[in-house]
Amino acid sequence: MLRFTLNRLLSLGLSLIAASVVIFFAIEIIPGDPARLMLGINATQDAVDALRTQMGLDQGVLVRYWLWVSGLVQGDFGISYTYRVPVSEMVQGRIWVSLPLALYALVLSTLIAFPVGIIAAAKRGSWADWLVMGGTQLGVAIPNFWFAMLMVSLLAIKYRLFSAGGFSGWDDPLLAMRSLTLPAFVLALPQASILARVMRSALLDTLSEDFMRTARAKGRTRRGALVHHALRNAMIPVLTIIGLQFSFLLAGAIIIEKVFFLPGLGSMIFTAITQRDLIVVESVVMLLVFAVILVTFLVDITYALVDPRLRRRA
Amino acid sequence: MKAAFKMPGFVAGFIMAFVFVAAALLSFVWSPYAVDGVDIVNKLHPPDMTNWFGTDHLGRDIFSMIMVGARTSIAVAIVAVGIGVLLGVPLGLAAAARKGTLLDEVIMRGNDLIFAFPALLIAILITAVFGASALNAIIAIGIFNIPVFARLVRGGALSLWTRDFILAARVAGKGRVRISFEHILPNLTNLLIVQGTIQFSLGILAEAALSYVGLGAQPPIPSWGRMLADSQTMISFAPHLALFPGAAIVLTVLGLNLMGDALRDLFDPKLRRDRQ
Repeated sequence: MLRFTLNRLLSLGLSLIAASVVIFFAIEIIPGDPARLMLGINATQDAVDALRTQMGLDQGVLVRYWLWVSGLVQGDFGISYTYRVPVSEMVQGRIWVSLPLALYALVLSTLIAFPVGIIAAAKRGSWADWLVMGGTQLGVAIPNFWFAMLMVSLLAIKYRLFSAGGFSGWDDPLLAMRSLTLPAFVLALPQASILARVMRSALLDTLSEDFMRTARAKGRTRRGALVHHALRNAMIPVLTIIGLQFSFLLAGAIIIEKVFFLPGLGSMIFTAITQRDLIVVESVVMLLVFAVILVTFLVDITYALVDPRLRRRA
Repeated sequence: MKAAFKMPGFVAGFIMAFVFVAAALLSFVWSPYAVDGVDIVNKLHPPDMTNWFGTDHLGRDIFSMIMVGARTSIAVAIVAVGIGVLLGVPLGLAAAARKGTLLDEVIMRGNDLIFAFPALLIAILITAVFGASALNAIIAIGIFNIPVFARLVRGGALSLWTRDFILAARVAGKGRVRISFEHILPNLTNLLIVQGTIQFSLGILAEAALSYVGLGAQPPIPSWGRMLADSQTMISFAPHLALFPGAAIVLTVLGLNLMGDALRDLFDPKLRRDRQ
Protein backbone atom coordinates (compact mmCIF):
# COMPACT_ATOMS: atom_id res chain seq x y z
CA MET A 1 0.00 0.00 0.00
CA LEU A 2 2.84 2.42 0.80
CA ARG A 3 4.49 1.79 -2.55
CA PHE A 4 1.19 2.22 -4.33
CA THR A 5 0.52 5.50 -2.52
CA LEU A 6 4.00 6.84 -3.31
CA ASN A 7 3.56 5.86 -6.95
CA ARG A 8 0.25 7.71 -7.13
CA LEU A 9 1.72 10.71 -5.28
CA LEU A 10 4.48 10.95 -7.88
CA SER A 11 1.96 10.91 -10.68
CA LEU A 12 -0.12 13.51 -8.82
CA GLY A 13 2.91 15.80 -8.65
CA LEU A 14 3.79 15.31 -12.33
CA SER A 15 0.19 16.02 -13.42
CA LEU A 16 0.14 19.23 -11.39
CA ILE A 17 3.42 20.41 -12.90
CA ALA A 18 2.24 19.59 -16.43
CA ALA A 19 -1.11 21.32 -15.87
CA SER A 20 0.56 24.44 -14.47
CA VAL A 21 2.90 24.61 -17.50
CA VAL A 22 -0.04 24.29 -19.93
CA ILE A 23 -2.09 26.97 -18.16
CA PHE A 24 0.81 29.39 -17.68
CA PHE A 25 1.99 29.23 -21.27
CA ALA A 26 -1.55 29.36 -22.68
CA ILE A 27 -2.03 32.69 -20.93
CA GLU A 28 1.55 33.71 -21.71
CA ILE A 29 1.05 33.70 -25.50
CA ILE A 30 -1.58 36.44 -25.28
CA PRO A 31 -0.26 39.68 -26.71
CA GLY A 32 -0.58 42.81 -24.61
CA ASP A 33 1.00 44.17 -21.48
CA PRO A 34 -0.88 43.64 -18.19
CA ALA A 35 0.83 46.68 -16.65
CA ARG A 36 -0.37 48.87 -19.50
CA LEU A 37 -3.82 47.34 -19.13
CA MET A 38 -3.94 48.13 -15.41
CA LEU A 39 -2.80 51.71 -15.74
CA GLY A 40 -4.77 52.64 -18.82
CA ILE A 41 -3.62 54.22 -22.09
CA ASN A 42 -2.83 57.63 -20.54
CA ALA A 43 -0.17 56.31 -18.18
CA THR A 44 3.41 57.43 -18.75
CA GLN A 45 5.96 54.89 -19.90
CA ASP A 46 7.85 55.39 -16.60
CA ALA A 47 4.80 54.44 -14.57
CA VAL A 48 4.19 51.38 -16.71
CA ASP A 49 7.85 50.35 -16.42
CA ALA A 50 7.73 50.81 -12.64
CA LEU A 51 4.62 48.64 -12.37
CA ARG A 52 6.17 46.03 -14.66
CA THR A 53 9.14 45.83 -12.32
CA GLN A 54 6.87 45.68 -9.29
CA MET A 55 4.84 42.86 -10.85
CA GLY A 56 7.97 41.07 -11.96
CA LEU A 57 6.95 41.31 -15.63
CA ASP A 58 10.42 42.48 -16.69
CA GLN A 59 11.87 39.11 -15.80
CA GLY A 60 12.25 36.14 -18.11
CA VAL A 61 9.43 33.73 -18.80
CA LEU A 62 10.92 30.90 -16.75
CA VAL A 63 11.52 33.16 -13.75
CA ARG A 64 7.93 34.36 -13.92
CA TYR A 65 6.62 30.81 -14.19
CA TRP A 66 8.63 29.91 -11.12
CA LEU A 67 7.37 32.95 -9.20
CA TRP A 68 3.78 32.11 -10.14
CA VAL A 69 4.04 28.46 -9.14
CA SER A 70 5.92 29.09 -5.92
CA GLY A 71 3.34 31.77 -5.11
CA LEU A 72 0.50 29.32 -5.70
CA VAL A 73 2.08 26.79 -3.37
CA GLN A 74 2.17 29.44 -0.63
CA GLY A 75 -1.40 30.51 -1.31
CA ASP A 76 -0.33 33.69 -3.14
CA PHE A 77 -2.29 33.86 -6.40
CA GLY A 78 -1.01 37.25 -7.53
CA ILE A 79 -2.79 40.63 -7.68
CA SER A 80 -5.91 41.10 -9.79
CA TYR A 81 -5.21 43.42 -12.76
CA THR A 82 -8.65 45.00 -12.48
CA TYR A 83 -9.37 45.20 -8.77
CA ARG A 84 -5.79 45.51 -7.44
CA VAL A 85 -6.53 43.12 -4.59
CA PRO A 86 -4.87 39.74 -4.01
CA VAL A 87 -6.59 37.06 -6.11
CA SER A 88 -6.45 34.74 -3.10
CA GLU A 89 -8.78 37.11 -1.21
CA MET A 90 -11.21 37.16 -4.12
CA VAL A 91 -11.10 33.38 -4.38
CA GLN A 92 -11.60 32.87 -0.64
CA GLY A 93 -14.95 34.62 -0.64
CA ARG A 94 -16.19 32.59 -3.59
CA ILE A 95 -14.75 29.13 -3.20
CA TRP A 96 -17.06 28.61 -0.22
CA VAL A 97 -19.96 28.81 -2.61
CA SER A 98 -18.66 26.71 -5.52
CA LEU A 99 -17.00 23.94 -3.54
CA PRO A 100 -19.92 23.27 -1.14
CA LEU A 101 -22.25 23.37 -4.16
CA ALA A 102 -20.22 20.73 -6.02
CA LEU A 103 -19.86 18.55 -2.90
CA TYR A 104 -23.54 18.90 -2.03
CA ALA A 105 -24.39 17.83 -5.59
CA LEU A 106 -21.99 14.89 -5.32
CA VAL A 107 -23.69 13.74 -2.12
CA LEU A 108 -27.15 14.16 -3.65
CA SER A 109 -26.10 12.35 -6.83
CA THR A 110 -24.82 9.41 -4.79
CA LEU A 111 -27.87 9.38 -2.52
CA ILE A 112 -30.19 9.29 -5.52
CA ALA A 113 -28.18 6.93 -7.71
CA PHE A 114 -27.40 4.17 -5.18
CA PRO A 115 -30.94 3.14 -4.23
CA VAL A 116 -32.24 3.73 -7.75
CA GLY A 117 -29.46 1.68 -9.36
CA ILE A 118 -29.72 -1.10 -6.78
CA ILE A 119 -33.50 -1.38 -7.16
CA ALA A 120 -33.21 -1.44 -10.96
CA ALA A 121 -30.62 -4.22 -10.80
CA ALA A 122 -32.41 -6.26 -8.13
CA LYS A 123 -35.70 -6.04 -9.99
CA ARG A 124 -34.31 -6.31 -13.49
CA GLY A 125 -36.95 -6.30 -16.22
CA SER A 126 -39.70 -5.07 -13.88
CA TRP A 127 -41.62 -1.84 -14.38
CA ALA A 128 -39.35 -0.20 -11.79
CA ASP A 129 -36.33 -1.10 -13.92
CA TRP A 130 -37.97 0.29 -17.05
CA LEU A 131 -38.86 3.49 -15.21
CA VAL A 132 -35.29 3.90 -14.01
CA MET A 133 -33.80 3.25 -17.44
CA GLY A 134 -36.21 5.66 -19.12
CA GLY A 135 -35.76 8.32 -16.46
CA THR A 136 -31.99 8.14 -16.57
CA GLN A 137 -32.02 8.31 -20.37
CA LEU A 138 -33.94 11.57 -20.03
CA GLY A 139 -31.73 12.70 -17.16
CA VAL A 140 -28.58 12.68 -19.29
CA ALA A 141 -30.29 14.40 -22.24
CA ILE A 142 -31.63 17.41 -20.33
CA PRO A 143 -29.18 20.33 -20.12
CA ASN A 144 -29.07 20.99 -16.40
CA PHE A 145 -28.97 24.77 -16.72
CA TRP A 146 -32.25 24.62 -18.68
CA PHE A 147 -33.80 22.31 -16.12
CA ALA A 148 -32.60 24.79 -13.48
CA MET A 149 -34.38 27.65 -15.24
CA LEU A 150 -37.61 25.66 -15.37
CA MET A 151 -37.29 24.69 -11.70
CA VAL A 152 -36.70 28.29 -10.68
CA SER A 153 -39.75 29.53 -12.52
CA LEU A 154 -41.86 26.69 -11.14
CA LEU A 155 -40.65 25.95 -7.60
CA ALA A 156 -39.16 29.30 -6.66
CA ILE A 157 -41.21 31.92 -8.46
CA LYS A 158 -44.59 30.23 -8.69
CA TYR A 159 -44.72 28.13 -5.51
CA ARG A 160 -41.98 29.91 -3.50
CA LEU A 161 -40.62 26.63 -2.14
CA PHE A 162 -36.97 27.53 -2.69
CA SER A 163 -34.99 30.70 -3.10
CA ALA A 164 -34.82 31.80 -6.73
CA GLY A 165 -31.20 32.78 -6.45
CA GLY A 166 -28.60 34.71 -4.54
CA PHE A 167 -26.59 33.60 -1.55
CA SER A 168 -26.55 35.17 1.88
CA GLY A 169 -23.33 33.63 3.16
CA TRP A 170 -22.60 30.97 5.72
CA ASP A 171 -23.48 33.07 8.81
CA ASP A 172 -26.84 31.35 8.73
CA PRO A 173 -25.95 27.78 7.67
CA LEU A 174 -29.59 26.73 7.33
CA LEU A 175 -30.40 29.57 4.99
CA ALA A 176 -27.20 28.91 3.04
CA MET A 177 -28.09 25.25 2.60
CA ARG A 178 -31.55 26.29 1.51
CA SER A 179 -30.18 28.55 -1.22
CA LEU A 180 -27.85 25.77 -2.36
CA THR A 181 -30.39 22.93 -2.33
CA LEU A 182 -32.13 23.58 -5.65
CA PRO A 183 -28.86 24.36 -7.50
CA ALA A 184 -27.22 21.23 -6.07
CA PHE A 185 -30.20 19.06 -6.96
CA VAL A 186 -30.27 20.31 -10.55
CA LEU A 187 -26.52 19.93 -10.83
CA ALA A 188 -26.73 16.40 -9.45
CA LEU A 189 -29.46 15.12 -11.72
CA PRO A 190 -27.54 14.23 -14.92
CA GLN A 191 -24.68 12.79 -12.85
CA ALA A 192 -27.13 10.78 -10.75
CA SER A 193 -28.60 9.37 -13.97
CA ILE A 194 -25.20 8.24 -15.20
CA LEU A 195 -24.26 6.87 -11.79
CA ALA A 196 -27.52 4.94 -11.43
CA ARG A 197 -26.91 3.27 -14.80
CA VAL A 198 -23.34 2.38 -13.87
CA MET A 199 -24.50 1.06 -10.50
CA ARG A 200 -27.16 -1.07 -12.20
CA SER A 201 -24.88 -2.59 -14.83
CA ALA A 202 -22.03 -3.13 -12.35
CA LEU A 203 -24.39 -4.94 -10.00
CA LEU A 204 -25.80 -7.04 -12.83
CA ASP A 205 -22.24 -8.02 -13.79
CA THR A 206 -21.41 -9.18 -10.28
CA LEU A 207 -24.75 -10.89 -9.72
CA SER A 208 -23.84 -13.46 -12.38
CA GLU A 209 -20.43 -14.21 -10.82
CA ASP A 210 -19.68 -17.60 -9.31
CA PHE A 211 -19.02 -16.20 -5.84
CA MET A 212 -22.59 -14.99 -5.73
CA ARG A 213 -23.84 -18.51 -6.27
CA THR A 214 -21.47 -19.68 -3.55
CA ALA A 215 -22.86 -17.07 -1.17
CA ARG A 216 -26.39 -18.18 -1.88
CA ALA A 217 -25.39 -21.85 -1.48
CA LYS A 218 -23.92 -21.02 1.91
CA GLY A 219 -27.37 -19.86 2.94
CA ARG A 220 -27.20 -16.12 2.34
CA THR A 221 -30.55 -14.62 1.42
CA ARG A 222 -30.83 -12.94 -1.94
CA ARG A 223 -30.78 -9.55 -0.25
CA GLY A 224 -27.91 -10.51 2.04
CA ALA A 225 -25.79 -11.69 -0.88
CA LEU A 226 -26.60 -8.51 -2.75
CA VAL A 227 -25.66 -6.21 0.10
CA HIS A 228 -22.63 -8.06 1.44
CA HIS A 229 -21.03 -9.49 -1.68
CA ALA A 230 -22.32 -7.89 -4.87
CA LEU A 231 -22.27 -4.27 -3.71
CA ARG A 232 -18.64 -4.29 -2.62
CA ASN A 233 -17.54 -5.76 -5.92
CA ALA A 234 -19.68 -3.38 -7.91
CA MET A 235 -18.05 -0.45 -6.13
CA ILE A 236 -14.97 -0.31 -8.40
CA PRO A 237 -16.68 1.05 -11.53
CA VAL A 238 -19.02 3.11 -9.36
CA LEU A 239 -16.11 4.78 -7.55
CA THR A 240 -14.44 5.55 -10.89
CA ILE A 241 -17.53 7.36 -12.04
CA ILE A 242 -17.96 9.23 -8.76
CA GLY A 243 -14.37 10.44 -9.06
CA LEU A 244 -14.84 11.53 -12.66
CA GLN A 245 -18.10 13.22 -11.76
CA PHE A 246 -16.50 15.55 -9.29
CA SER A 247 -14.72 17.38 -12.08
CA PHE A 248 -17.93 17.62 -14.09
CA LEU A 249 -19.79 18.87 -11.02
CA LEU A 250 -17.17 21.49 -10.27
CA ALA A 251 -17.22 22.73 -13.88
CA GLY A 252 -21.00 22.37 -13.98
CA ALA A 253 -21.26 24.41 -10.76
CA ILE A 254 -19.72 27.34 -12.63
CA ILE A 255 -22.63 27.25 -15.09
CA ILE A 256 -25.41 26.54 -12.59
CA GLU A 257 -24.17 29.48 -10.49
CA LYS A 258 -25.17 31.71 -13.39
CA VAL A 259 -28.76 30.47 -13.32
CA PHE A 260 -29.11 31.09 -9.59
CA PHE A 261 -26.99 34.25 -9.43
CA LEU A 262 -24.69 32.60 -6.90
CA PRO A 263 -21.52 34.57 -6.14
CA GLY A 264 -19.16 31.66 -6.77
CA LEU A 265 -16.01 31.10 -8.83
CA GLY A 266 -18.15 30.99 -11.99
CA SER A 267 -19.27 34.60 -12.04
CA MET A 268 -15.77 35.62 -10.97
CA ILE A 269 -14.10 33.80 -13.85
CA PHE A 270 -16.57 35.05 -16.49
CA THR A 271 -16.19 38.63 -15.29
CA ALA A 272 -12.43 38.18 -15.34
CA ILE A 273 -12.57 36.99 -18.95
CA THR A 274 -14.56 40.01 -20.11
CA GLN A 275 -12.25 42.33 -18.19
CA ARG A 276 -9.15 40.54 -19.50
CA ASP A 277 -8.10 40.02 -15.87
CA LEU A 278 -5.93 37.12 -16.93
CA ILE A 279 -4.15 36.47 -13.66
CA VAL A 280 -7.54 35.66 -12.13
CA VAL A 281 -8.41 33.31 -15.01
CA GLU A 282 -5.00 31.65 -14.75
CA SER A 283 -5.14 31.10 -11.01
CA VAL A 284 -8.75 30.00 -10.80
CA VAL A 285 -8.38 27.50 -13.66
CA MET A 286 -5.27 26.14 -11.94
CA LEU A 287 -7.18 25.85 -8.69
CA LEU A 288 -10.01 23.93 -10.34
CA VAL A 289 -7.61 21.63 -12.19
CA PHE A 290 -5.80 21.04 -8.91
CA ALA A 291 -9.10 20.01 -7.33
CA VAL A 292 -9.80 17.59 -10.18
CA ILE A 293 -6.34 16.01 -10.07
CA LEU A 294 -6.50 15.73 -6.27
CA VAL A 295 -9.84 13.95 -6.43
CA THR A 296 -8.55 11.54 -9.07
CA PHE A 297 -5.69 10.76 -6.70
CA LEU A 298 -8.05 10.19 -3.77
CA VAL A 299 -10.22 7.90 -5.90
CA ASP A 300 -7.16 5.84 -6.87
CA ILE A 301 -6.27 5.45 -3.20
CA THR A 302 -9.84 4.51 -2.31
CA TYR A 303 -9.79 1.86 -5.03
CA ALA A 304 -6.80 0.26 -3.50
CA LEU A 305 -8.51 0.22 -0.13
CA VAL A 306 -11.60 -1.41 -1.61
CA ASP A 307 -9.81 -3.83 -3.90
CA PRO A 308 -6.54 -5.24 -2.52
CA ARG A 309 -5.69 -6.71 -5.95
CA LEU A 310 -4.97 -3.22 -7.29
CA ARG A 311 -2.30 -2.53 -4.70
CA ARG A 312 -0.06 -5.29 -6.00
CA ARG A 313 -0.51 -4.36 -9.61
CA ALA A 314 0.93 -0.87 -9.20
CA MET B 1 -27.61 -0.95 -41.07
CA LYS B 2 -30.80 -2.83 -41.92
CA ALA B 3 -30.65 -4.62 -38.61
CA ALA B 4 -30.42 -1.31 -36.75
CA PHE B 5 -33.70 -0.16 -38.22
CA LYS B 6 -35.40 -3.21 -36.73
CA MET B 7 -34.61 -1.92 -33.21
CA PRO B 8 -37.33 0.36 -31.80
CA GLY B 9 -34.82 2.39 -29.78
CA PHE B 10 -32.74 3.09 -32.85
CA VAL B 11 -35.75 4.03 -34.96
CA ALA B 12 -37.11 6.40 -32.30
CA GLY B 13 -33.69 7.98 -31.84
CA PHE B 14 -33.09 8.21 -35.57
CA ILE B 15 -36.39 10.02 -36.15
CA MET B 16 -35.64 12.56 -33.38
CA ALA B 17 -32.12 13.26 -34.59
CA PHE B 18 -33.18 13.25 -38.25
CA VAL B 19 -35.84 15.94 -37.66
CA PHE B 20 -33.21 18.35 -36.38
CA VAL B 21 -30.61 17.53 -39.02
CA ALA B 22 -33.30 18.02 -41.67
CA ALA B 23 -34.39 21.30 -40.06
CA ALA B 24 -30.80 22.50 -40.03
CA LEU B 25 -30.32 21.64 -43.72
CA LEU B 26 -33.69 23.09 -44.70
CA SER B 27 -32.87 26.35 -42.91
CA PHE B 28 -30.18 27.04 -45.54
CA VAL B 29 -32.87 27.43 -48.20
CA TRP B 30 -36.05 28.14 -46.23
CA SER B 31 -37.32 29.10 -42.80
CA PRO B 32 -40.75 30.57 -41.97
CA TYR B 33 -39.21 33.97 -41.17
CA ALA B 34 -35.79 35.57 -41.49
CA VAL B 35 -33.86 35.28 -38.20
CA ASP B 36 -31.95 38.54 -38.55
CA GLY B 37 -35.11 40.59 -38.92
CA VAL B 38 -35.98 42.58 -35.80
CA ASP B 39 -39.71 43.24 -35.50
CA ILE B 40 -40.24 45.01 -32.18
CA VAL B 41 -43.98 45.45 -32.72
CA ASN B 42 -44.43 41.68 -32.62
CA LYS B 43 -42.16 41.00 -29.64
CA LEU B 44 -42.86 38.26 -27.09
CA HIS B 45 -45.80 36.83 -28.99
CA PRO B 46 -47.06 33.57 -27.47
CA PRO B 47 -47.21 30.60 -29.88
CA ASP B 48 -50.06 30.80 -32.41
CA MET B 49 -50.74 29.97 -36.05
CA THR B 50 -48.54 32.73 -37.50
CA ASN B 51 -45.56 32.12 -35.18
CA TRP B 52 -45.73 28.45 -34.26
CA PHE B 53 -43.33 28.77 -31.33
CA GLY B 54 -43.98 32.48 -30.67
CA THR B 55 -41.52 35.37 -30.97
CA ASP B 56 -38.66 36.55 -28.76
CA HIS B 57 -37.96 39.95 -27.15
CA LEU B 58 -36.86 41.35 -30.52
CA GLY B 59 -39.86 39.93 -32.37
CA ARG B 60 -37.87 37.19 -34.08
CA ASP B 61 -39.67 33.94 -34.88
CA ILE B 62 -38.57 31.24 -32.38
CA PHE B 63 -39.34 28.38 -34.78
CA SER B 64 -37.03 29.86 -37.43
CA MET B 65 -34.34 30.55 -34.83
CA ILE B 66 -34.46 26.95 -33.65
CA MET B 67 -34.05 25.77 -37.24
CA VAL B 68 -31.03 27.99 -37.82
CA GLY B 69 -29.72 27.28 -34.31
CA ALA B 70 -29.71 23.57 -35.17
CA ARG B 71 -27.03 24.40 -37.76
CA THR B 72 -24.77 25.87 -35.08
CA SER B 73 -25.28 23.00 -32.65
CA ILE B 74 -24.81 20.28 -35.25
CA ALA B 75 -21.85 21.95 -36.96
CA VAL B 76 -20.02 22.55 -33.67
CA ALA B 77 -20.66 19.01 -32.44
CA ILE B 78 -19.69 17.32 -35.74
CA VAL B 79 -16.45 19.23 -36.17
CA ALA B 80 -15.58 18.66 -32.51
CA VAL B 81 -16.09 14.91 -32.96
CA GLY B 82 -14.01 15.15 -36.16
CA ILE B 83 -11.13 16.72 -34.25
CA GLY B 84 -11.37 14.01 -31.60
CA VAL B 85 -11.35 11.23 -34.20
CA LEU B 86 -8.66 12.68 -36.46
CA LEU B 87 -6.22 13.26 -33.62
CA GLY B 88 -7.35 10.71 -31.06
CA VAL B 89 -7.54 7.65 -33.32
CA PRO B 90 -3.95 7.84 -34.69
CA LEU B 91 -2.67 8.53 -31.16
CA GLY B 92 -4.54 5.52 -29.80
CA LEU B 93 -3.33 3.30 -32.65
CA ALA B 94 0.26 4.46 -32.12
CA ALA B 95 0.07 3.89 -28.36
CA ALA B 96 -1.27 0.36 -28.91
CA ALA B 97 1.25 -0.49 -31.64
CA ARG B 98 4.10 0.58 -29.38
CA LYS B 99 2.61 -0.66 -26.12
CA GLY B 100 4.82 -0.23 -23.08
CA THR B 101 7.29 2.06 -24.83
CA LEU B 102 8.02 5.68 -24.03
CA LEU B 103 5.67 6.74 -26.85
CA ASP B 104 2.77 4.84 -25.29
CA GLU B 105 3.54 6.34 -21.89
CA VAL B 106 3.77 9.89 -23.26
CA ILE B 107 0.48 9.56 -25.17
CA MET B 108 -1.40 8.10 -22.22
CA ARG B 109 -0.05 10.63 -19.71
CA GLY B 110 -0.96 13.41 -22.16
CA ASN B 111 -4.46 11.98 -22.25
CA ASP B 112 -4.66 11.97 -18.48
CA LEU B 113 -3.58 15.60 -18.45
CA ILE B 114 -6.34 16.66 -20.86
CA PHE B 115 -8.81 14.66 -18.78
CA ALA B 116 -7.95 16.83 -15.81
CA PHE B 117 -9.32 19.83 -17.71
CA PRO B 118 -13.09 19.54 -18.06
CA ALA B 119 -14.27 20.85 -21.48
CA LEU B 120 -15.54 23.98 -19.81
CA LEU B 121 -12.12 24.81 -18.36
CA ILE B 122 -10.47 24.28 -21.75
CA ALA B 123 -13.08 26.62 -23.22
CA ILE B 124 -12.42 29.19 -20.50
CA LEU B 125 -8.68 29.11 -21.21
CA ILE B 126 -9.20 29.35 -24.96
CA THR B 127 -11.72 32.19 -24.73
CA ALA B 128 -9.46 34.02 -22.29
CA VAL B 129 -6.71 33.80 -24.91
CA PHE B 130 -8.54 34.16 -28.22
CA GLY B 131 -11.97 35.54 -27.27
CA ALA B 132 -15.38 33.88 -27.38
CA SER B 133 -16.59 32.42 -30.68
CA ALA B 134 -18.22 29.32 -32.13
CA LEU B 135 -14.85 28.27 -33.57
CA ASN B 136 -13.22 28.39 -30.14
CA ALA B 137 -16.08 26.38 -28.69
CA ILE B 138 -15.41 23.76 -31.40
CA ILE B 139 -11.71 23.68 -30.54
CA ALA B 140 -12.42 23.36 -26.81
CA ILE B 141 -14.90 20.50 -27.22
CA GLY B 142 -12.64 18.92 -29.86
CA ILE B 143 -9.61 18.91 -27.55
CA PHE B 144 -11.73 17.30 -24.87
CA ASN B 145 -12.72 14.57 -27.37
CA ILE B 146 -9.13 13.61 -28.23
CA PRO B 147 -8.38 11.52 -25.12
CA VAL B 148 -11.82 9.90 -25.31
CA PHE B 149 -11.08 8.43 -28.73
CA ALA B 150 -7.39 7.78 -28.01
CA ARG B 151 -8.25 5.66 -24.96
CA LEU B 152 -11.04 3.83 -26.73
CA VAL B 153 -8.86 2.98 -29.75
CA ARG B 154 -5.88 1.98 -27.64
CA GLY B 155 -7.99 -0.38 -25.57
CA GLY B 156 -9.66 -1.92 -28.60
CA ALA B 157 -6.41 -2.16 -30.57
CA LEU B 158 -4.52 -3.82 -27.71
CA SER B 159 -6.90 -6.76 -27.69
CA LEU B 160 -6.71 -7.04 -31.49
CA TRP B 161 -2.89 -7.10 -31.51
CA THR B 162 -2.93 -10.48 -29.76
CA ARG B 163 -5.15 -12.06 -32.42
CA ASP B 164 -3.98 -14.59 -34.98
CA PHE B 165 -4.87 -12.60 -38.08
CA ILE B 166 -2.61 -9.79 -36.92
CA LEU B 167 0.16 -12.29 -36.37
CA ALA B 168 -0.43 -13.53 -39.92
CA ALA B 169 -0.13 -9.98 -41.22
CA ARG B 170 3.13 -9.53 -39.32
CA VAL B 171 4.51 -12.79 -40.69
CA ALA B 172 3.57 -11.53 -44.16
CA GLY B 173 6.00 -8.69 -43.47
CA LYS B 174 3.65 -5.79 -42.93
CA GLY B 175 4.87 -2.97 -40.69
CA ARG B 176 3.14 -1.78 -37.53
CA VAL B 177 1.79 1.36 -39.16
CA ARG B 178 0.32 -0.56 -42.09
CA ILE B 179 -1.20 -3.20 -39.83
CA SER B 180 -2.69 -0.49 -37.62
CA PHE B 181 -4.48 1.16 -40.52
CA GLU B 182 -5.25 -1.87 -42.70
CA HIS B 183 -6.26 -4.44 -40.09
CA ILE B 184 -6.74 -2.86 -36.67
CA LEU B 185 -8.67 0.28 -37.60
CA PRO B 186 -11.35 -1.43 -39.78
CA ASN B 187 -12.10 -3.73 -36.87
CA LEU B 188 -12.66 -0.77 -34.58
CA THR B 189 -15.19 0.99 -36.83
CA ASN B 190 -18.20 -0.20 -34.83
CA LEU B 191 -16.65 0.98 -31.59
CA LEU B 192 -15.92 4.36 -33.17
CA ILE B 193 -19.43 4.77 -34.56
CA VAL B 194 -20.97 4.13 -31.14
CA GLN B 195 -18.58 6.46 -29.32
CA GLY B 196 -18.91 9.04 -32.10
CA THR B 197 -22.68 9.15 -31.64
CA ILE B 198 -22.30 9.61 -27.90
CA GLN B 199 -19.64 12.32 -28.24
CA PHE B 200 -21.84 14.01 -30.82
CA SER B 201 -24.68 14.28 -28.30
CA LEU B 202 -22.26 15.42 -25.56
CA GLY B 203 -20.95 18.02 -28.01
CA ILE B 204 -24.44 19.43 -28.51
CA LEU B 205 -24.89 19.69 -24.73
CA ALA B 206 -21.46 21.28 -24.34
CA GLU B 207 -22.09 23.82 -27.11
CA ALA B 208 -25.39 24.77 -25.48
CA ALA B 209 -23.72 25.22 -22.10
CA LEU B 210 -20.84 27.26 -23.53
CA SER B 211 -23.19 29.51 -25.49
CA TYR B 212 -25.37 29.87 -22.41
CA VAL B 213 -22.49 31.33 -20.39
CA GLY B 214 -21.40 33.47 -23.35
CA LEU B 215 -18.30 31.50 -24.38
CA GLY B 216 -19.77 30.01 -27.56
CA ALA B 217 -21.40 31.38 -30.71
CA GLN B 218 -21.74 35.15 -30.60
CA PRO B 219 -24.68 37.26 -31.83
CA PRO B 220 -26.11 37.37 -34.46
CA ILE B 221 -25.43 33.64 -35.02
CA PRO B 222 -28.50 31.90 -33.54
CA SER B 223 -27.66 29.22 -30.99
CA TRP B 224 -29.90 27.18 -28.73
CA GLY B 225 -27.75 27.88 -25.70
CA ARG B 226 -27.79 31.62 -26.22
CA MET B 227 -31.55 31.63 -26.85
CA LEU B 228 -31.87 30.07 -23.39
CA ALA B 229 -29.56 32.65 -21.87
CA ASP B 230 -31.63 35.45 -23.45
CA SER B 231 -34.86 33.89 -22.18
CA GLN B 232 -33.76 33.65 -18.57
CA THR B 233 -34.94 37.05 -17.37
CA MET B 234 -38.25 36.68 -19.23
CA ILE B 235 -39.14 33.13 -18.29
CA SER B 236 -41.86 34.10 -15.80
CA PHE B 237 -43.97 35.97 -18.36
CA ALA B 238 -42.77 34.37 -21.63
CA PRO B 239 -42.04 30.71 -20.83
CA HIS B 240 -42.15 29.74 -24.53
CA LEU B 241 -38.80 31.48 -24.98
CA ALA B 242 -37.17 28.87 -22.75
CA LEU B 243 -39.35 25.85 -23.46
CA PHE B 244 -38.77 25.37 -27.18
CA PRO B 245 -34.98 25.75 -27.48
CA GLY B 246 -34.57 23.55 -24.39
CA ALA B 247 -36.87 20.90 -25.83
CA ALA B 248 -34.89 21.01 -29.09
CA ILE B 249 -31.68 20.24 -27.17
CA VAL B 250 -33.32 17.44 -25.15
CA LEU B 251 -34.84 15.75 -28.22
CA THR B 252 -31.64 15.91 -30.29
CA VAL B 253 -29.48 14.60 -27.46
CA LEU B 254 -32.01 11.94 -26.49
CA GLY B 255 -32.28 10.82 -30.13
CA LEU B 256 -28.52 10.51 -30.52
CA ASN B 257 -28.18 8.65 -27.21
CA LEU B 258 -30.93 6.19 -28.14
CA MET B 259 -29.18 5.56 -31.47
CA GLY B 260 -25.83 5.11 -29.75
CA ASP B 261 -27.23 2.66 -27.19
CA ALA B 262 -29.04 0.64 -29.88
CA LEU B 263 -25.91 0.46 -32.05
CA ARG B 264 -23.82 -0.67 -29.09
CA ASP B 265 -26.26 -3.48 -28.38
CA LEU B 266 -26.26 -4.40 -32.06
CA PHE B 267 -22.48 -4.46 -32.45
CA ASP B 268 -21.88 -6.29 -29.21
CA PRO B 269 -24.02 -9.42 -29.15
CA LYS B 270 -22.60 -10.42 -25.77
CA LEU B 271 -23.86 -7.22 -24.20
CA ARG B 272 -27.24 -7.71 -25.84
CA ARG B 273 -27.58 -11.17 -24.40
CA ASP B 274 -26.57 -9.93 -20.95
CA ARG B 275 -29.16 -7.23 -20.97
CA GLN B 276 -32.08 -9.39 -21.85
